[in-house]
Amino acid sequence: MSIEEAGTQAHEAAANAPSAGEYIVHHLTHLNSTGHPQASIIDFSVINLDTLFYSLTLGVVTILILWFAARKATSGVPGRFQGAVEVLVDMVASQAKGIIHEEESRKFVAPLALTIFVWVFLMNAMDFLPLDVLPSLWQGVTGDHHAYMRVVPTADLNATLGMSLGVLLLCLYYNVKIKGFGGWVHELFTAPFGSHPLLYPINFAMQLIEFAAKTISHGMRLFGNMYAGELVFMLIALMGAAWSSSGATGPLLMLGHILAGSVWAIFHILIVVLQAFIFMMLALVYIGQAHEGH
Amino acid sequence: MNLNATLFAQLIVFFVLAWVTMKFVWPPIVKALDERAKKIADGLAAADKAKTDLALAEKKVAEELRKARESGAELRSGAEKQAAKLVEEARAEAARIVSAAREAAETEAAAATQRAKESLREHVAQLAVAGAEKILRKEINAQAHADLLAQLKSEL
Repeated sequence: MSIEEAGTQAHEAAANAPSAGEYIVHHLTHLNSTGHPQASIIDFSVINLDTLFYSLTLGVVTILILWFAARKATSGVPGRFQGAVEVLVDMVASQAKGIIHEEESRKFVAPLALTIFVWVFLMNAMDFLPLDVLPSLWQGVTGDHHAYMRVVPTADLNATLGMSLGVLLLCLYYNVKIKGFGGWVHELFTAPFGSHPLLYPINFAMQLIEFAAKTISHGMRLFGNMYAGELVFMLIALMGAAWSSSGATGPLLMLGHILAGSVWAIFHILIVVLQAFIFMMLALVYIGQAHEGH
Repeated sequence: MNLNATLFAQLIVFFVLAWVTMKFVWPPIVKALDERAKKIADGLAAADKAKTDLALAEKKVAEELRKARESGAELRSGAEKQAAKLVEEARAEAARIVSAAREAAETEAAAATQRAKESLREHVAQLAVAGAEKILRKEINAQAHADLLAQLKSEL
């Protein structure tokens, strides 16, 4: 069954309910500073308030969780909470140690990786909340039944690219710090193909492509996974929304919603953790590469 | 998937969070972890030391016991030797006393015999004199025959 059909049935069920297409488009539109959907692909005068709010809130939650564990951290017998945070810290510390061999850099990069992991995990985990809970709450609060609201910050390309840009900046910083500005420029023109005047432009182009590819794929990977996951949740929700369809279709759709929703939510647990881990590991790997000469 | 200023906001938040974690979260946790690792290492080392100490003490105890047993045996054998010596001495003393007593008795007996002989001689001489007096019926001058009697006495 296509989305349109499901939508039509849903439409028939409740006359003033949105069509499937409208439902999905509405759920994929950000609450931004203009109050209406962003017209152009890139417009830096607009800011997504929902992404900002949820990522900031979850960032504060991240810090609070970690700080709470850090405040009570003792070398004695740890409680369960402290033990859990310690497992995380230990995992991140050993990964950072394996990838970045500069002790001084690790002092910043290892905490950064920990923050990334917990923060991205929490932002991804927003997918587990029932799809319409926070948006409809917001609609109730504002009294506007068409108010926009997206609750998964990592399903917003701005958030993921913002973080991967941060990693890019760190890569550039450590390139200059470790190799010196001259050394880094030298590497830009002589690696990966070798030092020959004819190869300089090719090397430089390759390096630019490499940096761009790393950063964009870093941000896009997380965004793509969470966006797709969110979309699948919406499609599943549409199935259930058509429960009052005529004949056997309605109950079957409801059953489909329950089955598919459970399966996808369970599978999504894996995706949420895995993508957070991958994002952290790639940040470490990219920063680690900045420490090594070609 | 539109791009907008959220990008930069997220970028800044990213660094702020990382900085806060670096400043306030990471150091105490890592410190606690390191301290605990050290504590555990110390504890294990102490346990090892206690184990060796115990083994050492046990060895010492065994050694002491062995020594005590040895010195006990030594004492006993010394005492036995001493006792044997004492018994030996006592036996020798007894033998000496016995032989001395025997000797004294013999001397005594010899003296008694001598005395008996003497008195016997005395008596024999008197008897002889008395016999001779009776035989001769006359007074014999004891004085005049003293030499004769003395000679007779020594011949007995």
